[in-house]
Parts: sequence; C-alpha cells; structure tokens
Amino acid sequence: MDLSTIYTQLIMEHNKSAHNRRELESPDLRQRGHNPSCGDDITLDIKLEGGIIRDASFHGHGCAISQASTSIMIDLIKEKTVGDALNLVNTFIGMIKKEISDEEILEKLEDAIAFQNISNMPARVKCAVLAWHTLREAIA
Amino acid sequence: MSDLNHSKIIKDFPTLDLKVNNHRLVYLDNGATTQRPLQVINAMRSYAEGSHGNPHRGAHFLSTKATEEYELAKEAVRNFINAKSTEEIIFTKNATESLNLIANSYGMENVHKENEIVLLISEHHSNILPWQRVARVKEAVLKYMYVDDQGRLPLEEIERKISDKTRIVAMAHMSNVLGTIFPVKEIIDYAHSKGALVVIDGAQSTPHIKVDVKELDADFFVFSAHKLMGPMGIGVLYGKKDLLESMPPFLLGGDMIEYVYEQEATFAPLPFKFEAGTQNVDGAVGLRAAIEYINKIGIENITAYERILTGYALEKLLSIPYIRIQGPKIAEDKGGLISFTIDDVHPHDTASILDTYGIATRAGHHCAQPLMRYLDIPATSRASFYIYNTKDDVDQLLEGIKNVRKWLGYGS
Ligand SMILES: Cc1ncc(COP(=O)(O)O)c(C=O)c1O
Ligand SMILES: [Zn+2]
Repeated sequence: MDLSTIYTQLIMEHNKSAHNRRELESPDLRQRGHNPSCGDDITLDIKLEGGIIRDASFHGHGCAISQASTSIMIDLIKEKTVGDALNLVNTFIGMIKKEISDEEILEKLEDAIAFQNISNMPARVKCAVLAWHTLREAIA
Repeated sequence: MSDLNHSKIIKDFPTLDLKVNNHRLVYLDNGATTQRPLQVINAMRSYAEGSHGNPHRGAHFLSTKATEEYELAKEAVRNFINAKSTEEIIFTKNATESLNLIANSYGMENVHKENEIVLLISEHHSNILPWQRVARVKEAVLKYMYVDDQGRLPLEEIERKISDKTRIVAMAHMSNVLGTIFPVKEIIDYAHSKGALVVIDGAQSTPHIKVDVKELDADFFVFSAHKLMGPMGIGVLYGKKDLLESMPPFLLGGDMIEYVYEQEATFAPLPFKFEAGTQNVDGAVGLRAAIEYINKIGIENITAYERILTGYALEKLLSIPYIRIQGPKIAEDKGGLISFTIDDVHPHDTASILDTYGIATRAGHHCAQPLMRYLDIPATSRASFYIYNTKDDVDQLLEGIKNVRKWLGYGS
C-alpha cells in the first residue's frame, strides 16, 4: 500500500482548510450523515435557488478522508443543478466501486478524482463516500 | 526486562511472523482479540482429528472422548478463576452472551419497579444494553458512576450511587478504553453491605491479572476466551451456585432438560441448565489449552511483564507534546492498554497510517459511546499489549506515530 496515493497533498489541504466548514443561516436543506462504526459525523447545509445549489457548507468531525471528501464535494457541487449534483454523486460512487473508469466521465469529478485509490484501503471507503451518500439523501 | 524467555514465547505465535505491508507485524490490538499460540492451535487440531463427537449424548467412543474434553475444559476454567465447583461455570459464546444471560435471567426476575441498577460510565456496550432493557421493562432506574479525570473511580462516587435501592451493580474489572483496573473487591464489599449483587465483566482483566472469584466474592463474573489467546466463539459465565440455581434457563432446547412432557418440562441440574443445544467443544478445548499456556508462564509473571512494558510506553508517550492519554497515566493503576489521541489527527487516520507500517492498533469509540460522550471526544487510538509484545514493538509504535504526524502535514 502506497500511502502517498491516498494521503495526497490535495486531500491534506482540504482536511485542514476551513473554507467550507461553517453553518449556513437558514439552509433549505440540512442533512446529517454518520458512520456509526468509526464515528465520522458530518452535517451538510445547502441553499437552493430555483433548483440550483447556491451555497453549501458542512460541520461536524471525522477523519481526514471524510473531511477532505466533504470539502472537495462542496467545491464541486456549488452552482450546479440538483440533477447534475446527483449525477456527480453517482459518478463518484461508481468510481469508488471501480464500476466507472472512463477517464472522460471521471474528469467531471475534478479534484474528487483524488479518492480513486481509496479502495486500496477497504476500511476507509466508508469515510470517502459519507458526504456523497449524505448529499444524495438530502437532494434525491 | 524480566526473566521471561521472550524469544521462545514469540516463536509460539505463527501470526507474529507475518509481514504486513512489508513490515514486521507489530500486533497491538490485544484488547480486541489476541493471537493464538501453537499449543492452542494444535490442541484444537488434535481434538478434531481424534476426539470429536457430540458430548453427553452418545454411548460411543468419540462421544465419550468429547465429553471428557469438555469436562476437562470446565475444570481448567474453574481452577483458573478459583470457583468452588464446575457447577458454577457455564460456557457461552462470549462475554456478551454471558452478560445477556445474567440480565435476562437474573435481572428480569429480580429487578423490580424503582429498583436501581448501577453501571460504570466506561462500560462496554455489552454491559449497558442488556441492563437498559431490564430497566425499561421493569421500570427500574439505570444509574452511572463517573470516573475522575485520571480515569479512576472515586470512593465518594461509589458511596453516592450505590444505595439500599440498588439491586445490581454491573461493571468491568478493567476498562477497555481507559485501561483502569478498578478496585472491584472494595466495590463488591460495599455493594453487598447495601444488599446489591455485583456482576463483573472480566473480558479485559482475566487475560492479564489473577482472578479469584471466591476472594472477590463476585456474584457473577464473565469473560471471553479469544482475549486470552483462546479461540473465538466460547466465553464463560461464572455465577454463585445458589444464584444460578434460583434463575430460570436462558435458552431452551436439547441437553438442558431432565424430563419433557407435551405441555411442560423440568430442567437439568447446573451447569447444563444454561447450556442448551450442542456446545462448542472445539472452543472449550482451545480455551483449556490457552489457560494451560497462561498457567505455564504464570499469570503473575504476565501482569508484571506487562506493567513494565506499559510503564515504558507511558513514559515515552507522555514525553511527546502532541499526544494526549486518556485514563491513568501511571502503569500501577492500569492494565496493558493505552488510549491516546494525537493532536490535529483523527484516530482513523492514525490507525490506517500505522497499519501501512505493519502496526495493528484500534481506533474509534471502542464500543463505549457513553464514555466517549462523557470524555467529550469522538474517538481514540488504542494500543493494547500482551505477553508476546516487546519494547521493540513500543518503539515501532512511537516511530509510527511520528510518521502519522508527517503524513498529515505536521512536523514531528
Ligand atoms: C470490557 C469488555 N466487555 C465486553 C466485551 C465483549 O466481548 P465479546 O465481544 O467477546 O463478547 C469486550 C470486548 O470487546 C470488552 O472489552
Ligand atoms: Zn473515517
């Protein structure tokens, strides 16, 4: 196992960065997601405007993988339609499950491609997908 | 570091030869489960090859052999914890099943409205959930004793919580998160003076320190074989004979009856009353071999050795500024188990990164969510030792911790 394919600089930066870590005032959607087995616990806040995600943020706590994945996802979905965001969730989960490997499709995930190798660390897959499942619960 | 022959002990454990991620395996997750020596593996194998039958049932060679093996295991356990008789030793699946048996059989019969059940805040979920159900069904009150900031249980707290209303006190001998060894003898005496019974969860203590249920005067005492180098799937329930006799059976079926009629049945005497269905003889054989292995080394030697190792680890960990230790910080107050957090690093990341260096630790809430909430931390990392661990293992852990900090982008 090569740690540098998982604990990448990008992921570490997002883990430490606070730019998406706050509570929104009167969010349209608020969804909590947690992994009972390992304790990652996040809450997503979303502001919608005519079917478009105008603002999103998260609060809570968890490991670097879960926190970075949440932050990267939020950067990705802002200003996207709910439908596009759902497609991105499906693409991300497909990538993690190794069901989608077409580079052109994966490109749409932008920075979230950084989690492509997480399945090499099976115990941590849950951490990487937590935010995405939570988003799906919120908007689907 | 002690007169134990370590290089010989380590050779008994095939898994310790494993390479994990190209590193020597450093197994520090003994609080979760322990590795098995060849003596245990071979005993189970030779049972399977030469003695396997359904015990207590057939009048044939193998059934008789299996019965003998099962009885020998019972006697080994009785002797190991110094119970009066094998009638007081019930085999279960694990500590969890033993605790469920006590709560469902003794608890449901003897706890009544407004009675109190007193637990320790650091209990494992398996010693909380069964009592929550008893309290709910019987409209009893569930109370917790809280530990101090060193993970110890102050005497005032015991006296404040255990009262004439208390029916049952249920607590771990040694905490699987804090590592604290609690003064159970004193607590048992105090509880008895108030008319309460005491259930001791010995899952963490029995592998490491001498247990004498007679001297403790424990009413019930439970543990699992897999935490003392035995196999998974077998555990022990000790109960005082008069209590066990007064209790209704937990599971019903074959092997636990005397006479069965169309509408009713009478039950077999102890301990069979609580051992319904075909039992885990393979497990019993392995458990006996594990106990014999411990006896050969000497449980006091194991305690002494682990104390030195724990003292060494504590001293080193306490000297690192970004490490916080939960629970007692002196080896004398605890068993060989240390929970810690690394500043700015989540325990999951710690465990994953340590694993890539071949170091097995545990991260999470350790099945003790009420304690984690009380301590106000989401999770900890935990390193737990056994007889086959060495100072070198501790050094590897310390080296690994430095690497964890580096991977997460902090200078060490
Ligand atoms: C203190 C304590 N009690 C109970 C248990 C439950 O043991 P088992 O899972 O073998 O039933 C454990 C182990 O996880 C423990 O550490
Ligand atoms: Zn996680």
